[in-house]
Parts: sequence; C-alpha cells; structure tokens
Amino acid sequence: MIEVANLSKRFGSTLAVDGLSFTVQPGRVTGFLGPNGSGKSTTMRMILGLDHPTRGSATINGREYGAIRRPMHQVGSLLDAKAMHGGRSAYHHLLCVAQSNGIPRRRVGEVLELVGLSSVARKRARGFSLGMGQRLGIATALLGDPEVLMFDEPVNGLDPEGILWIRTLLRSLAAEGRTVFVSSHLMSEMALTADHLVVIGRGRLIADCSTAELVASSSQSYVHVKTPDVDKLIEALATVGADVVEADQSLRVTGVGSATVGEVAAREGVVLHELTLRQPSLEAAFMELTRDTVEFGGASTLQIGA
Amino acid sequence: MAVPVTIGVPNVLVSEWTKLRSLRSTYWTAIVAVVVAIGIAILGCSSFVRHFSPSDLHGFDAASFSVQGLYASQILLGALGVLTISGEYATGMIRTTLTSVPQRRSMLVLKGAVFAAAALVLGEIASFGSFGVGQAILHGKHAGVSLGDHNVLRAVIGGGLYIAVVGLLAFGLGALVRRTAGALAAFFAVLFLPSALIDLLPSSWHDTVMKYAPANAGTQIMAVTRQHHMLTAWNGLGVLVLYAVAITGLAVYLIGRRDA
Ligand SMILES: Nc1ncnc2c1ncn2[C@@H]1O[C@H](COP(=O)(O)OP(=O)(O)OP(=O)(O)O)[C@@H](O)[C@H]1O
Ligand SMILES: [Mg+2]
Repeated sequence: MIEVANLSKRFGSTLAVDGLSFTVQPGRVTGFLGPNGSGKSTTMRMILGLDHPTRGSATINGREYGAIRRPMHQVGSLLDAKAMHGGRSAYHHLLCVAQSNGIPRRRVGEVLELVGLSSVARKRARGFSLGMGQRLGIATALLGDPEVLMFDEPVNGLDPEGILWIRTLLRSLAAEGRTVFVSSHLMSEMALTADHLVVIGRGRLIADCSTAELVASSSQSYVHVKTPDVDKLIEALATVGADVVEADQSLRVTGVGSATVGEVAAREGVVLHELTLRQPSLEAAFMELTRDTVEFGGASTLQIGA
Repeated sequence: MAVPVTIGVPNVLVSEWTKLRSLRSTYWTAIVAVVVAIGIAILGCSSFVRHFSPSDLHGFDAASFSVQGLYASQILLGALGVLTISGEYATGMIRTTLTSVPQRRSMLVLKGAVFAAAALVLGEIASFGSFGVGQAILHGKHAGVSLGDHNVLRAVIGGGLYIAVVGLLAFGLGALVRRTAGALAAFFAVLFLPSALIDLLPSSWHDTVMKYAPANAGTQIMAVTRQHHMLTAWNGLGVLVLYAVAITGLAVYLIGRRDA
C-alpha cells in the first residue's frame, strides 16, 4: 500500500505538487492521471525518496522509502526516463541491481526471459530502442518480486504489441494481490488498464475514484434528438420527467434513456430525424475535469470523489 | 520516524564492483594508465642511459625518476574516478542506484571505497611495473636502485598510494559537481592550478602554496630523499588524504540533502 499525505514540492517559484493526499490499495491497478507537467513524476520521485518533499510525507507499507532496507524486495519502480548506463549490458545492469539487494543471480535470467530480452542480454543498453529500454526498466522493477510496483509512463515508446503486453502484465500483477500504481496521460489506455484512478492537475488532487465513477460523475450522458416538431416533443417528454434543453434544432434530453424518448415520440406521433445516446469517453471526462488545471489554464479546481 | 537503517555492506560492495568492471571504458582506461606509466619509464630511462654522463648521478633519484609516468596515469585514473559517479548522473543510472540503495550516504562511501581500492591496485601495478622496467634499463649504467635500498620501497608503494588518493579526490569531485565536464575541470584545477598560478600570488605565499598544494604534497611520498621546502613523505601524503576525504565527505553530506 502506498500512502501519500499532504505532499507538496516546490521548485523555485513552481509549486509542482500541492498538498496531495491519496492511498494506493493493493489488488488493483491504480492509474495516476494528469496533464503534462501536473506533477505525476515529481510525486512518484518523492514516493521513491529521490526528491525531498517540501511538506508532507509518502510511505510504502507504512515506511518511508529511505528507511527500507533492500527495497527491491518490496518496491519495484520504473521512472519515466531511462535510468541505466548505456555502456552496460542488460545482463550486467540487472546483475548489479540484484547484487545490491542480495537477489540471487539466477533471478536476472528469469526477469530477462519474462520481459523478452534474453536474446539481447549481453548487448549494451545504449543500442536499445525506447521499447527495449522500457522492458529493461520493467525487468529491473520485477527483480525482487516486490509487492508494490510503480511505473511512470510505462507504455511510452511501445508498439501496440508492447502496450498490450504491459496491460496484461499490470493486470496480472494486480490480480496476484500486488499494489500497482501506473502514471499515464493516455486516458484511453488507462480506461482499459486501471480499476481505480487518481487524477491530478497542477499538483492538486482532482479525483480519486473508480474508472467507471469518473465517467459517470463527469458531464452526464444524454440523448440527442432531432425532430421537426420540437414543441410537441418537449411537452410530451415533460410528462415522463425528462429534462430537456433545446439547442439549435435539436434536443438534449437527460433523465430518461433513449428507449423512453423513442417510445414517447411514437405514442405522440412525432417524427424523429435523429435519436442517439451520447456518452463521454474517459478521454472527454478527463479533459473536462482537468480543463481548468492544465498549465496556463484557469485556476479553479473541481473536487469530486475522495 | 527514526528507524535505524542498516544496509547490506557486502551486497553494495559487490554491486559497485560489478558496475565498475562491467563498463568497457574502465578496462581501456586501466590498461592505458598502466601502459602509459611503463612506457614513460622506458622512454625516460632509455634517454637517461643514452645521454648518460657520470655527473648526472649527483642528486639523481632513480626510484622517483622511473615512476614519473604516474603523473600521466593520475590523469587517466582521475578521469575514471570522476566518471564512476558523474557517469551515473549523466545516464540516469543514479536513479536506479538510489532506488536500490536508498541509504545514499553509505552507498556513496562504499562506491568511493570500491573505486579507491581498484585505483590502488592499478596504481601499484603501474608503480611497480614502471619501477621494475626503469631500473632494468638504468642498471645498464649502474644508475639503478633496488627495492631494498633506503626509502625505495616506500617510494614505489607510495606511487600506488598516491594514485589511489588522487583517484578518491577525483571521485569526490565527481560526486560533488555531478556533471562530467565540470568535475573534470575541477579535478585539473585542483591538480595543476596551484603550480600554474604560483607566480600570480604574493611571494610570501609561495612556500606555503608549494608545500600544501595537493599534488606537491602528495607526490613527496615518491621522493627517496626529502626535497627542500617540501613536506615529509608521509605528512605530504596525509595532506593529500585530507583533501580527498574533505571533498568526498562534503559530497557524502550533500548527497543526503540534494534531490537526485
Ligand atoms: N527538477 C526540477 N526543477 C524545476 N522544476 C521541475 C523539476 N522537476 C519538475 N519540475 C516542474 O514541476 C512540474 C511537474 O513536473 P512533472 O515532471 O512532475 O510532471 P508530470 O505530470 O510527470 O508531466 P508529464 O506528463 O509531462 O511527464 C512541471 O512544471 C515541471 O516543470
Ligand atoms: Mg512525467
């Protein structure tokens, strides 16, 4: 379990993380979402003890990262940028990390196999593609078979096959009961991978809820209707308790489903030219949530869930 | 949350040794450092023998003459010392290092120790190698000395010690400055600037600066006979050790406070 309490980080005049509090639970994939520069990487770096918080604290299983002895056995992490020496082979990169935490040498071969890098184990990391570098980073995270995993933008640079591989891996790690915390700014990807979302904007918490809740709590879905007989339909819909907003020759109906709208129209003999259920994608829900918080945007924040 | 944290010292030492030996640049630098020292011994001693006149023997320190190539080796091993840590910052490896061993200060001390030990072994190989080759050449004119002669063993072992301490100094600068170019510049400045700028300083300072400048102090260990106005062999090396420990110590202190 990862606990972040009132965490803040200031870089000069930038408040990169601003009083952030949330908990990442085991057994599910928690997505960490936010626009560019919203403080995701900074938060993860503070959880890993790489950056010192200006205020607040971050703990993993109740302890600060810096107080964990041989942390690779408890926490595996992948940061957004390559964190390896290009002159070293994949094998030796993993070996030195394994040795520092007393992890047996054979585990190096196992994780290389797991991420599909066995054939290039003796090649220097300098020549690796972005995707291969990500795989090596993931292999490093998995070395100590940790309970807690943190990945910063793991799908960065991966091809569709690689993305599917990561998604499957993250889901299976969570299914084994591990704590999986993944940052991304690809909503569509998180919609498929994450069970739970922590959304931030400008370093502040915007939402901490399930993926489904995020969509639902956003601008509600509505039924889009086009008819030449606007007034008659509005009157009829009012009798079934629907909220109707008229907007340039079409109606935006909320409170009832598209089936009800169709039935009411048929009963009243109203001709319909269009009848569609419009639901925001997670992408749209996210955009709406963070619209005010993207860099150089407005200052207000919207607080939902908790 | 003041939980006392212990780290696996042997684990970290083994890991740092793997890091050092798994980079090709380490091998090249090590080989060149030794070859250069021995090569300079061969060139210098051959030239001495070729242009030999018996009057040259007056005040001639055959031991330190044969290990003079260490002045070149120190640059190579110093650069290696800088890169051992600045290379981690440049590549991003430092983030992996610090997440696998978050006890930063201990990590840096152990990393420095592993590098200094490697530099010591290389320094001794270079020192004994160039001494052996050099004396073999000098013996042709009966100008050579042997390890049993007064202070000679100290000078030759001291050559390796000097290299190790200079290496640690360079490592400390690398850890302090973090950027390779800046750290290399600082290293060269520490080694060479005092002698280069001596004439710009007030003359009353000359003796003190010459005595306590890191390179001047440290190299006294290689002199068989004590040089005028200079520190004694062990005091001189001791002063160099103080520089190296102070700089590395400052880096160790700061690594616990700075963001990675
Ligand atoms: N070392 C630093 N010094 C100064 N400012 C920094 C530093 N690191 C991050 N920042 C600033 O902090 C803010 C948050 O950056 P961060 O990298 O955490 O965002 P992010 O959410 O990870 O963005 P992205 O999606 O682009 O990866 C940004 O405004 C960034 O410019
Ligand atoms: Mg980031």
